[in-house]
Amino acid sequence: MNPVRKQRLLLILLLIAGVGVAVALALFALKENINHYYSPAQIVSGEAPIGQKIRGGGVVVPGSLKRDPNGLTVTFNVSDGEGEVEVEYTGILPDLFREGQGIVGTGKLDEKRRFIAEELLAKHDENYMPPEVQHAIDKAHKPGANAEGAQ
Amino acid sequence: MNWTFFHKLGSPKWFYEISGKWLPWLAILAALMMATGLTWGLLFTPPDYLQGNSYRIIFLHVPTAFLASAIYVSMAIAGAVTLIWRIKLADMALKCMAPIGTSFCFLALLTGAIWGKPTWGTWWVWDARLTSMLILLFLYFGVIALRGAIRSATTQARACAILTLVGVVNIPIIKFSVQWWNTLHQGSTLKLTEKPSMAPEMLWPLLISIAAFYLFFTVVLIIRLRTEILDRERRTKWVRNAVEAGARS
Repeated sequence: MNPVRKQRLLLILLLIAGVGVAVALALFALKENINHYYSPAQIVSGEAPIGQKIRGGGVVVPGSLKRDPNGLTVTFNVSDGEGEVEVEYTGILPDLFREGQGIVGTGKLDEKRRFIAEELLAKHDENYMPPEVQHAIDKAHKPGANAEGAQ
Repeated sequence: MNWTFFHKLGSPKWFYEISGKWLPWLAILAALMMATGLTWGLLFTPPDYLQGNSYRIIFLHVPTAFLASAIYVSMAIAGAVTLIWRIKLADMALKCMAPIGTSFCFLALLTGAIWGKPTWGTWWVWDARLTSMLILLFLYFGVIALRGAIRSATTQARACAILTLVGVVNIPIIKFSVQWWNTLHQGSTLKLTEKPSMAPEMLWPLLISIAAFYLFFTVVLIIRLRTEILDRERRTKWVRNAVEAGARS
């Protein structure tokens, strides 16, 4: 490569590195704002503000789901293994919502540190498999799955 | 190092001749693989254990999303070649790739929204993966608009190359957004280093679809690039000869 081209290559690499560092710093500074997400443990420990709009999420605790017989209101507990928070939501639940599945919600905490969700979204994981495979896995892990649920 | 091959590749005339020979074969292969991948994926794979049939959009969503980023990276490489070696063909390639990449990026966002409604419960969230993908769409628009705003061909080439190179920073952000932030979008199913977290009877049609979309992109790019070459080289003798020969046959 001749010196002129080498210089141009160097300039391009410097440009990309410069922009990269600038964007990385900006994203690092914005990290809190991008997320403002609180885990059940943080909500229980009092880290999350009361009355302010926050995002929260966790796994729906099996057996905790209660439906209001007169309306669309549901209450259930979410957990991240370290803390458990009661969630109340009025509206139509997403297809993927079920016990043991991850959810993410936007809403506010009331005085009793219950999470009153305005919006509720189901989080999906990266695993895809046919139902028969899932049945086979469930059968093989039946005792293990129960022990996990009891934790 | 011997750079003759590289410079030969950059010759519009040589590219026009060789791509004319490849094009029909690539087009046939792309059509066959697209038909196989999509029919297999959309009709014959088993439903997902959780999502049922709605997951089938993955056979369109993942290939379009892959290509949206891959085309942008190719454009950035073409931009670097334009700036360093001042090869005209690289700039033509950058110009021809931009609208294709835009279409794929738009399709990826659209199929993602259609899938998101039943699965997550919303068409759109301002989640890191979705937002960075939207920024990619705007970068594509920017590259196309910038070219339209400048009259001189050399300035066009340099300005678009620089803008594309600046935007390439967004690509690793898209790729790693699902790891760096707590996103609603799930992590990658296909990983380079680990086993994919997908059953093989779903994985195979997906891989075929991805390959088919890459081939489809190559075919569309070659067609666009050939037209662009004829347009920009219209004053050369070989183009006049080629056009006359085409008119006669």
